[in-house]
Amino acid sequence: MRLRDLCVASLGAAVLAAPIVASPALAQNEQFVPLLVYRTGPYAPNGIPLADGQVDYLKLINARDGGINGVTITFEECETQYNNDRGVECYERLKGNGPTGASAFSPFSTGITYALIDRATTDQIPVLSMGYGRADASDGTVFPYVFTLPATYWGQADALIQYISAQEDGNLEGKKIALVYHDSAYGKEPITTLERLSKERGFELSLFPVAHPGLEQKATWLQIGRQLRPDWVLMWGWGVMNSTAIKEAAAVGYPMDRFVGVWWSGAEPDVEPAAAAAKGYKSGAFHAPGADSQMHKDIQELLGDDAADTFGTVLYNRGVINSAIVVEAIRTAMAKYGNKPMTGEQVRWGFENLDLTPERIEEMGMTGFLEPLKITCEDHEGGGKLMVQQWNGEAWEVASDWIEPNREPLRAAYEESAAKYAAEQGITPRDCSKVE
Amino acid sequence: MFYREAGQFKTSYGADQAIFPILQDKLALAGIMAVALFVAPMIASTYWLETILVPFLVFSMAAIGLNILTGYCGQVSLGTGGFMACGAFFAYKLTTAFPDLHIVLVFLLSGLGTAMVGILFGIPSLRIKGFYLAVATLAAQFFLIWMFNKFGWWTNYSASGVISAPPRSVAGDLFITGPLASPIVKYLFLVVFVAVLALIAKNLVRSRIGRSWMAIRDMDIAAEIIGIRPMIAKLSAFAISSFYIGIAGALWAFVYTGSVEALAFEINRSFQVLFMIIIGGLGSILGSFLGAAFIVLLPILLNNLPSLIGVQMSVDLIGHLEFMIFGALIIFFLIVEPHGLARLWQIGKEKLRLWPFPY
Repeated sequence: MRLRDLCVASLGAAVLAAPIVASPALAQNEQFVPLLVYRTGPYAPNGIPLADGQVDYLKLINARDGGINGVTITFEECETQYNNDRGVECYERLKGNGPTGASAFSPFSTGITYALIDRATTDQIPVLSMGYGRADASDGTVFPYVFTLPATYWGQADALIQYISAQEDGNLEGKKIALVYHDSAYGKEPITTLERLSKERGFELSLFPVAHPGLEQKATWLQIGRQLRPDWVLMWGWGVMNSTAIKEAAAVGYPMDRFVGVWWSGAEPDVEPAAAAAKGYKSGAFHAPGADSQMHKDIQELLGDDAADTFGTVLYNRGVINSAIVVEAIRTAMAKYGNKPMTGEQVRWGFENLDLTPERIEEMGMTGFLEPLKITCEDHEGGGKLMVQQWNGEAWEVASDWIEPNREPLRAAYEESAAKYAAEQGITPRDCSKVE
Repeated sequence: MFYREAGQFKTSYGADQAIFPILQDKLALAGIMAVALFVAPMIASTYWLETILVPFLVFSMAAIGLNILTGYCGQVSLGTGGFMACGAFFAYKLTTAFPDLHIVLVFLLSGLGTAMVGILFGIPSLRIKGFYLAVATLAAQFFLIWMFNKFGWWTNYSASGVISAPPRSVAGDLFITGPLASPIVKYLFLVVFVAVLALIAKNLVRSRIGRSWMAIRDMDIAAEIIGIRPMIAKLSAFAISSFYIGIAGALWAFVYTGSVEALAFEINRSFQVLFMIIIGGLGSILGSFLGAAFIVLLPILLNNLPSLIGVQMSVDLIGHLEFMIFGALIIFFLIVEPHGLARLWQIGKEKLRLWPFPY
């Protein structure tokens, strides 16, 4: 390389590197909602509908209601690739946007949630980890900025065992239940709860970790299908691991209707690759499948062709609910602080006083789609109800009533785990009786 | 014209052996350090400090570590991720078991612990070489990650296997971990810490032990004949390399992300650091910094570029473009200069000395 080329190249690099700090156009009456999405990378099939749902609901609120109480919502996506480092980068990139900064972050990744807890607490921005992340963050006295509504993995584990117990006529004594899980922070979350339940209810729990990304499961399923032959199999999987597991389970002839996944293992991208083999497979959920609520009709009517291709799929619906909860938290905050853009701290107050009554859910057009929730200063989980859905070969359909997880033992476990975290981190838990 | 050493006479052996024998280099280094210490904290935004400079410094440390082993001693290693995990988990266990232990001491001790593990996994290098050794170090990668994942003791029995860095300060209120840590303190701490350790590394590779590594790298039989003991040379390279990598892992978990699971140090992390030293330049401390900058900063730059130049693009398109351009640039640089960015700088330097009258 000649000197001139070198100079040109280094000059070029310098010019490109110089102005990374973008200055967003400031409009005063706008509420900024950051979206951490993953439309590329290994988990894109799941990330795309999640992102689409979030975007469409925000568009709907702007188009139908003119924003929240007259404050327009602005949003910006940032691609995390489901990668913790990039998630942190996106968080730092987006947290200061808009006139009042970011309202709330929803990382849709347990790893990114963990990495953001400290940062969000420092920056006073709430983190909504809806059905993922740290289960013990349900204890709002230790984790003031993290919200786990409508339920945690521990609640899901409890609800699934209740469901299985109901199918087995209430007696799990001597039954064998296997857990196939993604060997990461996410997959390990339910283990302590399942171990406790196995002692209480007398079933035998076997653990089968699957290494990331989960394409190698032949040995696991041979062991499950040929040797152990459990009565039920639970799965905590994500991405390609789910469809691989369903295919392998079918290959060893494991009955699909005794195979139940967590809510992240129960969407169209998980069952469709397995085609007919997946028929009868079940999964947990915290909202109903399908696209027939009033809210869905509104999206179709107002957005028309502008709505995403993934409209009405399970993960799209989940993205919608995520945005809906953020919007309701902002709305709750406005009731106290006035109809203007809210800061992260004000939105946090909104989350903490969020009360989704049946009437409110009716107004949101989500009756039958989402169950009522009420968040308090101590309880950041909100008492959400769960259910089981089943794949009929073409669509997901409801397979159980709404199940309420047993809150008392779960609450005790949250508090114990959160207290341990608080001691390690030197956090003094808040006194909720003194919080306004 | 500007970069001439004419008239700079060395009058002592000390001056002749200085790390930067040329006055301009000394001034440039002083300038860079001054900018890093005084100007950068003033002008850089939190975004720059937290997501660009901090990971760059941490990865530079890891790259220096691997460069000692692979670049200077010629032992190919794919176990970097595992050694980084060692550093992170050792530091976590140490600081939770002894909360009063100073955090710098914790980092150094976790580096020492990783050095021991490095020696253990370096033993096969006494018998096997090249690609076969790379495969042997893969064992370290998979075994260590499995161990931290499998045994709850390493994470103090956390339900999810994630460790969170407790708040620790270097002095008084100057927290470098936990929610109270300010980005500027973190950054300044890292600049000083990495600069000191890089200086030590630079001196190590210029010393007797560094020369013995290079002799082993260039031809191990010849080195043995001239009296270098391969066992000492190879194992010391493994130990010192792992020391640096372990500290980098601890810094990654404690100062950068704040919480980490074993999966964050999987095999991709090893490749990432290996690519850094290949692109930056094998056998060069400067190359470690350049490689870290290339691998850490370029994707972020590419991702931000469309919004900077005002082009509206969907995030998935940007994501895919980022992969394609980044890949193309790696190939481009390897073709233009197979010896890495450090070599490119060296060539530039030589040309600058003659400019504007090349002969």
